[in-house]
Amino acid sequence: MTPEPQSVRAATVPPWRDVRVLNIVGQVVVIIVVGLVIAFMVRNFESAMSERGLGFGFNFLGRSAGFDISESPISYSSTDTYGKAFLVGLLNTLFVSFVGIILATILGVAVGVARLSPNWLVRRIASGYVEVIRNTPLLVQLFIIYFAVFLQLPSVGQSLTLPGSIFLNQRGLFLPAPQLNESFPVWLPFVVAGVVALIAARMAATRLEEAGRPSYRLRSAGLAALLLIPAIGWIAVGGSPVGADAPVPERFNFVGGLALSPEFSALLAGLVLYTAAFIGEVVRGGIQAVRRGQVEAARALGLSEGQALRLVVFPQALRIIVPPLTSQYLNLAKNSSLAIAIGYPDLFKIGQTMANQTGQPVPVIIMVMSTYLAISLVTSLLMNLYNRRIQVLER
Amino acid sequence: MSRSILSIIGVVVLAMVVTACGDTPAPTTSDAPGASVDASEPPATSTEAPEETAAPEPAPTDGRLALVQERGQLICGVNGSLPGFSFLDDSGENTGFDADFCRALATAVLGDPEAVEFRALSADQRGPALQTGEVDVLIRNTTWTVSRDTAWGLFGPTIFYDGQAMMVNSTLVDATTLEDLAGATICVQSGTTTELNLTDQFSTLGIDFTPQVFADIDPTYAAYEEGRCDAVTSDRSQLVARRTAFESPDEHVILEAVMSKEPLGPVAPLGDDEWFNVVKWVVFATIEAEELGIDSTNVEEMAGSENPVIQRLLGVTPEGAEPFDSGLGLEADWAANMISAVGNYAEIYNRNLGPETLFNLERGLNSLWTEGGLLYAPPYR
Repeated sequence: MTPEPQSVRAATVPPWRDVRVLNIVGQVVVIIVVGLVIAFMVRNFESAMSERGLGFGFNFLGRSAGFDISESPISYSSTDTYGKAFLVGLLNTLFVSFVGIILATILGVAVGVARLSPNWLVRRIASGYVEVIRNTPLLVQLFIIYFAVFLQLPSVGQSLTLPGSIFLNQRGLFLPAPQLNESFPVWLPFVVAGVVALIAARMAATRLEEAGRPSYRLRSAGLAALLLIPAIGWIAVGGSPVGADAPVPERFNFVGGLALSPEFSALLAGLVLYTAAFIGEVVRGGIQAVRRGQVEAARALGLSEGQALRLVVFPQALRIIVPPLTSQYLNLAKNSSLAIAIGYPDLFKIGQTMANQTGQPVPVIIMVMSTYLAISLVTSLLMNLYNRRIQVLER
Repeated sequence: MSRSILSIIGVVVLAMVVTACGDTPAPTTSDAPGASVDASEPPATSTEAPEETAAPEPAPTDGRLALVQERGQLICGVNGSLPGFSFLDDSGENTGFDADFCRALATAVLGDPEAVEFRALSADQRGPALQTGEVDVLIRNTTWTVSRDTAWGLFGPTIFYDGQAMMVNSTLVDATTLEDLAGATICVQSGTTTELNLTDQFSTLGIDFTPQVFADIDPTYAAYEEGRCDAVTSDRSQLVARRTAFESPDEHVILEAVMSKEPLGPVAPLGDDEWFNVVKWVVFATIEAEELGIDSTNVEEMAGSENPVIQRLLGVTPEGAEPFDSGLGLEADWAANMISAVGNYAEIYNRNLGPETLFNLERGLNSLWTEGGLLYAPPYR
């Protein structure tokens, strides 16, 4: 066979058998089909809306909401607009998701490591926890945590009192809030000076280390400066610059200080316990995927068990852990919408109330959906950036 | 990743363009209200309906009255968790004041008090259920307000005049007026008029409070009973009804203060006057029957009455006279059937809320106008 007839044959392939043409045609067909399906759905939605006389618009966002919200990170009253009520819901969702992701990660890593512990009891407890939590619905867990744990705490009158003006009862956990006194601005420069001294000492110490000279004295001097300079300032200013706003019992409840409501606590506990069980499995899988030889090499170098885990195994496991971890974070943020069951005013809860009060369910649901979508996309974007960073470090 | 997002956006934009172009020939789809309503019904009827609409004479099978008669069942939106109004009893039957009005409507339209499918709806769900036509009628202790009247559906005559009240646990909270509740935490259900009234009332009085809002009725009262809130607020009838289910009902007192007007009534979907008239006159007929002294025990006797008012209501045509046509599109004797199956207003009330029941609610405003109440039916002629 000479090459010439082959090329002639290639040139005469008809377009319906040409792979390149077929590929393009296939993609165009898919796009058209998807477009038609979406178009059909939008059209159906529009005709259904007009047929039932449901208006569509976002004008209601500027109107006064008229309902109160039990907890809000920003000041909100019933005379504020629906738009602000929605913002309060969004902030509450972000708050519980953010704190939840941090705590779930800590607990999840601990559980994942415990699952591989050489200690039989620790290993069994961890796997028992994972199996029970992972195989029961989160909604049920939330009901149990809220009604059977948090609401069974002592009533306000019989609050548990912990040292430092901390009170725990069925209305929540009440902590003293830090309060800035008048002398705070005078004291602030001392703190800044302490931090600057620490950074300077560290930089100098690094330079010494690079030159191969001992630096531990300089490092401890830096730490001492961080503690001592603000302490001197505290005495010099006279009168403590930072005070505590302690909660005080009143007729019905504690007033002042920081209050964590049982709804928030129950939701947070539920989300953390639930997600940590999944994260634990992700972490365990990631650790087990690091080749055995790596651990043995670390041992051979004389690293302790903990050091081997921290310095050798974990950095390598991370690149396996991060992608599934991202989806657990997304799950946690989305699962926070179960707050509606236990009365925590999150985005979904406020959205439902808005839909009901305004009689405009469709725009509100679109708003809620796109907000959750935005939260999820931003979360996965950040996690992807992080993932890329640790991947580069790997090689 | 960004490329895939771009392509998704591209497809969406394309779809928008396609729909925007296709906007004008929309009328082709506009003749399918029956079909699209059917989408939410059980499959049995949805398979029949398209044939019906495709038949050569589709003229009368348009409104909801025809739809219900064709289906042979009334879909009635109820609360489902409110003793005395609509609640599953030991045998799994939906019983209560609201449930009985559903049965009355089913008897009037279909001749059978059992031809009702009850849909339990939460406060948040009821508006959309009406707007989408998922239920034929909503009889779910729903307060008549102007924005609901315009956005949700057409409110029929009030079947229960209620007012918002406040309940506290007297062993824990010493309060007799609303002012005594300054600083209190108050449990309330979301998506209700009570949630809004609570805010209005307390800001008018200048009292601080913390609302604790739940989406469902059961968690609201469970949290209150556990002591999460100092007080719970709702319609007085609902407080009385839910109190009976508490562990120690005697400890809970309802404050005297009436915080609002809460006229509760049936709601029909917007835009169907024929069906709305049926809903209205079913309620009026129960009231009229009480006023005329017709009840389920004597309805047969009463049919022999010489009183033309009674004759018209019961669909009895005296010898030699033209039969009276109400124009409602129902059988002539619908009211007689309804009264014999479900009873008049007083019977429905006493059976579910009256002195014989746990609730023992005074008739109060819910008496006939002749007895100092607000129940007043227009003449049936």
